[in-house]
Amino acid sequence: MGGGHSHPLYRDGCSPVHRVPAEVKIVGLALFVLAVVATPREAFWSFGVYALILVAIWRLARIPLTWMLPRMAIEVPFLVLAVLLPFADGAPRAEFAGLSLSVPGLYAAWGIVIKGTLGVAASLTVAATTPARELPSALSRLGMPALLTSVLSLMIRYIDVLAAEVSRMRLARVSRGDSPRTLHQGGAIAKSVGTLFLRSYERGERVYLAMVSRGYDGKVPPLVDGAPGVSTRVWATAMLPVAAAVLVAASAWMWR
Amino acid sequence: MTPAVRIEGLRYSYPDGHRALNGVDLTIAAGERVAILGPNGAGKTSLMLHLNGVLAASSGTLEIGGIPVVRRNFREIRQRVGLVFSDPDDQLFMTTVAQDVAFGPANFGVRGQDLTDRVSAALQAMSLTEHADRSPAHLSAGQRRRAALATVLACQPEVLVLDEPSANLDPVARRELAETLLALDSTLLIVTHDLPYAAQLCDRAVVMNDGVIVADADIGSVLADAELLTRNRLELPWGFTLADRRQLRGVDRPS
Repeated sequence: MGGGHSHPLYRDGCSPVHRVPAEVKIVGLALFVLAVVATPREAFWSFGVYALILVAIWRLARIPLTWMLPRMAIEVPFLVLAVLLPFADGAPRAEFAGLSLSVPGLYAAWGIVIKGTLGVAASLTVAATTPARELPSALSRLGMPALLTSVLSLMIRYIDVLAAEVSRMRLARVSRGDSPRTLHQGGAIAKSVGTLFLRSYERGERVYLAMVSRGYDGKVPPLVDGAPGVSTRVWATAMLPVAAAVLVAASAWMWR
Repeated sequence: MTPAVRIEGLRYSYPDGHRALNGVDLTIAAGERVAILGPNGAGKTSLMLHLNGVLAASSGTLEIGGIPVVRRNFREIRQRVGLVFSDPDDQLFMTTVAQDVAFGPANFGVRGQDLTDRVSAALQAMSLTEHADRSPAHLSAGQRRRAALATVLACQPEVLVLDEPSANLDPVARRELAETLLALDSTLLIVTHDLPYAAQLCDRAVVMNDGVIVADADIGSVLADAELLTRNRLELPWGFTLADRRQLRGVDRPS
């Protein structure tokens, strides 16, 4: 059960980066990642510039490296494939420390590692400075259909309730002598998942009844967050690092 | 004067054929505080869900403040009758407490400054002002219960119905909730097994069993009738006597 006040990727603060409206950060993240992905992997210098942009944003948001780096471990499983590529891919091959490595494989691995790392780092930056509760309204201001934003906000709300239920069920199983690590627990876990599905389904019905009791008729009405439009100035300022990244990508193509 | 709630010959069967209500007649005057008591499966919650039309009666009539509970009046009825469900996690579904409190009144067409005022008034009444922007997941059980109540109070209902309000509350949260409820003017219906809590909050008790009302009287005389309680799988907790109740309320009336 999460003891914190928000999701574990969020780092509370009041820096200029935290104050940027969530929809601006979402659009910025999408463009930044697009620029990184579109950059030719041979343009090594441009990835250095991207990393500098991110580090500058972390400084501005007062996120220490020691906070950011452990959270980037999430990409490790994806890197395994990349590490295998230099061994598997074809000719021409190069000798390094007694190993025969494929040159196109090395390039491919580098591309995956650096682009993946920059993408994960950029996403973590947005997650660290944006509370989850702002996402649904931000997405709806970006024009996401109301039904999808409702589903998203319900998910954000109930994921903790579900996680708490899972951990209670696990504790109850372990308390009755089920060992938490062995394979034979698989059967019990499968049954727990079934039970959890039924309970969630029933909870869904009760939540709906409670909503209908308060006059819900299929549409979530506009609530307190009057959603003031984001001014052009805020957009322009917040987009500066993104614009820099796009410029880098463009120059990388021109001078390749 | 028009009664706040009038129910005549209410019957209801669940789709699987289980008969939950078997002819309920009940009239509640405006401003009354009534406890609905009974064992599990007596039909208490089914009765509660009929009061705002969430469940539709198989037969019989219901009126809230003289308005029949039928489809064309649902919006009006749901504004007049506020249901507080037994599990606050069922009631609080938005990402922040303030959004959740705004949800009801906004559905009933309240907008702008009026909506903001309603939300802050309801939060203040429940001492939750400083938790307005927190997620319900991060509140204590007592705060969650009060938040659930705030979401309903913000709709300014005439009839407030609470399902097991004291469940899962520690003694202090339980007392604080009682104080909050005693300070409200609306007609109050409390569905519960918690007899001392009912005694503290209500003047009248309705005992249900097998989908019918088996007793309806002053709460003192209902709780004093040991035989009636036993017959309906109700009992006072160990050590609780009715004298305590008079002390609790600070009143002494013949029961």
